[in-house]
Amino acid sequence: MGKILKYSFYDLIRSRWSYIYFMFYLLLGFVLFFLNNDVSKAVITLMNIIIVLVPLIGTIFGVMYYYNSREFTELLLAQPIKRSSIFLGQYFGVASSLTLSLVLGLGIPFVLYGLFRSDAIFDFSLLLITGAFLTLIFTALSFNIALSNENKIKGFGYSVLLWLFMAVIYDGLFLITLILFEEYPLDTFSLVATMFNPIDLSRTLILLKLDISALLGYTGAIFKQFFGTNTGFVISILMLILWTILPIWRLVYKAKRKDF
Amino acid sequence: MIRVENLHKKYGRNEVLKGLDLQINSGGILAVLGPNGSGKTTLIKCILGMVLPNKGDIHVLDMPVKNNWKYRSQINYLPQIADFPGNIRVKELFSMIKDLRQQTDRKEDLIALFGLQPFLNKKLSTLSGGTKQKVNIVLAFMFDSPLIILDEPTNGLDPAALISLKKLIREEKEKGSTILITSHIMQFVEEIAEEIIYLLEGKIYFEGSIASLKKSTGKSNFEHAIAAIATTSIDG
Repeated sequence: MGKILKYSFYDLIRSRWSYIYFMFYLLLGFVLFFLNNDVSKAVITLMNIIIVLVPLIGTIFGVMYYYNSREFTELLLAQPIKRSSIFLGQYFGVASSLTLSLVLGLGIPFVLYGLFRSDAIFDFSLLLITGAFLTLIFTALSFNIALSNENKIKGFGYSVLLWLFMAVIYDGLFLITLILFEEYPLDTFSLVATMFNPIDLSRTLILLKLDISALLGYTGAIFKQFFGTNTGFVISILMLILWTILPIWRLVYKAKRKDF
Repeated sequence: MIRVENLHKKYGRNEVLKGLDLQINSGGILAVLGPNGSGKTTLIKCILGMVLPNKGDIHVLDMPVKNNWKYRSQINYLPQIADFPGNIRVKELFSMIKDLRQQTDRKEDLIALFGLQPFLNKKLSTLSGGTKQKVNIVLAFMFDSPLIILDEPTNGLDPAALISLKKLIREEKEKGSTILITSHIMQFVEEIAEEIIYLLEGKIYFEGSIASLKKSTGKSNFEHAIAAIATTSIDG
């Protein structure tokens, strides 16, 4: 697996798109500091962007890479390598190159600004960690979709729909449910519903660490009670790990049983 | 060398291979022929373990193909469509495959034979289709393997490269390798192959030498003989 990962990674970090993605974050980081000098505020703005953009880029890059390297994958399949090594290697190649763009692109301006001297280091690290998780999760989901769809257009369509659902539609449905069942106690439901969407989970995790949960009112207090504690934090991280492992497991399972 | 027993493969409702039996002995050049969609590529991919059969057994060098990947170190394969990661240089691709297989190679001779030196430092996305096919051929002949599988090797090659390819195939045969070729260029097959297998509707319809094929169809021209099997089978 290591060798495939290495070459996929080499191939990707030299691609134009990786540079564009990296430059975007770099620019974003610097601009945010020129516009406001407050790290906590910058973290919130960044969070709002990352939470939507990272899944989108992970999804698009994942499907694109899978479909583009299909012929080469066939060549690799004829080599004495395990199937799971090929697909895991390619997957981690894509995910790690995207994560690198994110971490370096945002990390450089923050380090230059003097992050190590500010007390926002924990919040910022959490932001990068959730960003890395979202990349891993959505790249794995998109690899799954691409693996199950021979037709590129369909694969792309489903991937974009998945992103749209997780980033936008899910919240809408969530909100409608909350309004419709207003009279019932919805604390547990909200907590569980948040767990089932990695984007919501990441958002809640960061927001509550930022100590602005007071703005969220009663629900915020409930959430703070849960996510604010160590147990809540550990459970959320475990959920993110589960969200990463399940699609990777299915990826290996499907790859072993597919005809190429 | 290769033993295929009662091989069945369906894609959805489309039954491509219907109980194919095949025994290939060591040494020699064998062409797998048949009309489009007769299952040539599926058969080859089953042997390589890329397509998983619904039923049947395949053994390569007495090793079962199912749930096994180590036997592939004994096979060189030239895929029909060549495409490589765009941002990797030709040189790096060669070392990557060598790195994956951990076998001794003879790429220098092959690079010289196909005149690829000027391209070694070029990115693969900048190469033309014909040059990519040459890279593909170098990859397929780089290692010494007892079994070589070539799927449409003549695709996009210029005449000089085609001559080099034929020379290479003959050299490998001299060394005692078994070479399996699919092609639609009958002239190429007639020139290079010793035996042919003709697939039709998922089964082997004819197996034997070119001479015996000509005799059994009563045609002196190979291309016509091949066409004759196809038409008689449709009539019958």
